[in-house]
Amino acid sequence: MEKSRTFHRKKIVTVFFACTLLFAGLSLRVGWLMVFRSEHYMELADELHQRERRIKAKRGRIIDRTGQVLADNRTVCTISVVYSQITDPETVIRTLSEKLSLPEETVRKRVEKVSSIEKIRSNVPKELGDSIRACGLDGVKVDEDYKRYYPYGELASKVLGFTGGDNQGILALESRYEEVLAGTGGLILETTDARGVRLSREGESRQEPVDGEDLYISLDINIQQYATQLAEQVKKAKEAESVSVLVMRPDNGEILAMADVPEYSLNDPFTLTEEAASAAMTEKEKQEALNRMWRNACINDTYEPGSAFKIITAAAALEEGAVTEKDTFQCPGFITVEGRRIRCARVNGHGTETFVQGTMNSCNPVFVTVGLRLGAERFYRYFERFGLLGKTGIDVSGEASTIMHKAEDMGPVELATVSFGQSFQITPIQLAATVSSLINGGRRVTPHFAVKTGKGEALTDVGWQEGERILSEETSRRLRDILFEVVENGGGKNGKVEGYRVGGKTATSETLPRGTGRYISSFLGFAPAEDPKVLALCIIRNPQGVYYGGQVAAPVVRQLFENILPYLEETG
Amino acid sequence: MAQRRFRRKTEHYFDYSLLFIILFMTGFGLVMIYSASAYDAALQMDNETYYLTHQAFAAVLGIVGMFVVSRIPYHFWEHFAVLGYGVSMLLILLVLTPLGIEANGARRWLNLGISVQPAEIAKLAMILFLSSMICKMGRNVRTGKGFWIILAMAMPHCLLVWRVTDNMSSAIIIFGIAFLMLFVATPDYKRFMLLGALAAVGGGLRIYVIARAATAEDSGFRVARILAWLDPEAYASGRGFQTLQALYAIGSGGIFGKGLGQSIQKLSYLPEQQNDMIFAIICEELGLFGGIAVILIFVLLIWRLMVIANNAADLFGALLVVGVMGHIAIQVILNIAVVTNTIPNTGISLPFISYGGSSVMFLLLEMGLVMSVARGIRLKDV
Repeated sequence: MEKSRTFHRKKIVTVFFACTLLFAGLSLRVGWLMVFRSEHYMELADELHQRERRIKAKRGRIIDRTGQVLADNRTVCTISVVYSQITDPETVIRTLSEKLSLPEETVRKRVEKVSSIEKIRSNVPKELGDSIRACGLDGVKVDEDYKRYYPYGELASKVLGFTGGDNQGILALESRYEEVLAGTGGLILETTDARGVRLSREGESRQEPVDGEDLYISLDINIQQYATQLAEQVKKAKEAESVSVLVMRPDNGEILAMADVPEYSLNDPFTLTEEAASAAMTEKEKQEALNRMWRNACINDTYEPGSAFKIITAAAALEEGAVTEKDTFQCPGFITVEGRRIRCARVNGHGTETFVQGTMNSCNPVFVTVGLRLGAERFYRYFERFGLLGKTGIDVSGEASTIMHKAEDMGPVELATVSFGQSFQITPIQLAATVSSLINGGRRVTPHFAVKTGKGEALTDVGWQEGERILSEETSRRLRDILFEVVENGGGKNGKVEGYRVGGKTATSETLPRGTGRYISSFLGFAPAEDPKVLALCIIRNPQGVYYGGQVAAPVVRQLFENILPYLEETG
Repeated sequence: MAQRRFRRKTEHYFDYSLLFIILFMTGFGLVMIYSASAYDAALQMDNETYYLTHQAFAAVLGIVGMFVVSRIPYHFWEHFAVLGYGVSMLLILLVLTPLGIEANGARRWLNLGISVQPAEIAKLAMILFLSSMICKMGRNVRTGKGFWIILAMAMPHCLLVWRVTDNMSSAIIIFGIAFLMLFVATPDYKRFMLLGALAAVGGGLRIYVIARAATAEDSGFRVARILAWLDPEAYASGRGFQTLQALYAIGSGGIFGKGLGQSIQKLSYLPEQQNDMIFAIICEELGLFGGIAVILIFVLLIWRLMVIANNAADLFGALLVVGVMGHIAIQVILNIAVVTNTIPNTGISLPFISYGGSSVMFLLLEMGLVMSVARGIRLKDV
């Protein structure tokens, strides 16, 4: 018995140690999991337990020169569902599809999707959001946030741009100053149980949103409204395709108004205007039509500037000494360059005329002669020096580039046509900015809208640098005098304003392809002629009937000046 | 005369450490069950102490039973060895009758006034039956024939528990208990090592084949379970879900844990959090220290059982204690191994701590039996 007991004991001890060994092994396993794998599993567990909720930052406003808010925020609601909290899915689906007028299938798909939180619709008006909240449905969340709101509807639509579903800037200033306006979104990290119910004991880590800064722009709502009104009037009267009116300060590049009718509704930018819409449109066609509707012809499109470009040819020739005001020219109604006959606007010719008279008459042979005197190489150098080859650097996205002959391709015929503004294309803003720089004493300006950014009282200047000198002050003065003559006694006399000294230049160009009878009439004017404070450019595309710039576009600028010149003197 | 003097000198041994360990573990179990289940119980039963009260009721019943059994000389039960063997088998079959209760998709419980798992009764019956049988067989158990007879006697219960109640883990435990008791009863080592090695090689080979075959779709549920074991993160939403949730709980506990009651995984993330997976919640709330402490307490318990078995007055008593020791050790090892994904997932509860009325009740009765054996120890012999 004793002997047998000995082996029993030995075996029991063996069993005990075998078990202890296994326990030790499991302890090591637990230790490994809880020390070395801890971080990995903790991360995965947090991912599972935590739910992120974004808090939108309030987007900065856009405010004009007079303090009017052009782009504001309005409280809207985001409707979402929390799957695990829904008790009566059928009622939820029915109510939401009714109230939000969404197809039942769409709502059902989102309601029945197993996820922690599913967005049904954003940008729901506050009243509708309140009424959904009042239904008291389990699992339906109504979160308030901000939506962009444009108090003036269509006004300056192509300058302001609009925002998308996530409140991100899409076009123009909204897009260009996204960083300033957007602010930084906040975040709520909350811990939930498996059903998605927030655990109050765990608290939440919250990252407060930083609201965007306001953007103060040089646009003047009164001038903008009046410019838009004039553009609409002339568009209607001349049955034109579109009309742009651009008003800027030649001394510092600030843009006071930029109308480009037809404008579109900023509060509903994805609906085509009646003119742009047509019945049967594919999605792609519709998107293309929207893109066309949003285009700002002053910035996004180029055109042949025509006779208004003679200002630039004159500036280059005067600066270079290739011509003086008193030089005389002969105009028989045409000029032949390398066997090509280039016609003057007046078929019978202007006869003998000085350079100043040639400019007043907008005589093509005079400017062809002057251009040829400069020569292709020098002309091209001035073209580049005046900043015409690059972009203006305006603070709106999507600026189009100049379309110009290559330097080595500039033969006498090309040079001749460029001299009076044909065979190349620039944007209207490029023309306005370049002429501004030539008449303001000769310093290149960057056209811009943004003046200051900031919140409340703490505003920061955007800090636009004064550009480099591109023309001598003397030449600039002589150029102003000539352009004053053009309006006072020449082809631009329809731009004359009682009591003010206005300078300017008319232009009429046939659009490509030639011979279709489509014209662009324009007039560029500035005042006062000896110390320009304001420059305006009016472009009318495809007017019916009379299409001469001096008769169609110049009166628009005259009416504008009649109103805004006294106004600007008052407001400074 | 001499006899009487001798008896007076003999004091009954009472293992207070064992009693303390048992009471502590049962109490700790109640605390952890409450912590793990309160949130879900409040949601599902509208009563956050639902699991706690049920378990406490069974524990009190079990403790009373334990003290009663500890007062009864254990040889009394020898008469019921064969009866218990037969009745427990019948009870398992009764599960198929309308008396059976189905829960969580498995028919494992019997409605006998209170719900009871026949598998728990079978474990106790098997310990009693085999102890008695080995004693009766005497030296015959040491022969090869005896070896196979004992194993064969355990097989009916194993097969019934496995096939009838679809409870493979309990079948493994019953077989393990028989295996350990047989191991202690015979002086031989070779046979056991051979059998053990055979099982290890067979299991390893099967896992290797399954791992190579790879795809889970065309294979059965056991194959899928093994694939999920090898890479739970790849089967995160299916078979590997529970295991992965347990690993999240254990991993997010860290060294000192989140503190009692602070588990997040128990908030409906981890299935069976108050039951088979309670060790994961212990690790999450009490950290590595809590987890290791629980393991140490089980080592202590098994150590006390070893001491009692080694000093038992006779072989029958020793074998009873070895059976209980095997039962607890196997169950704890398998449970912790499952929770830590050391072996493929199978439902095994943690003795004394997991929620389960019949489990804790029968464990306490087994402890009563052990105490009864301990009372039989003559201190002179120690």
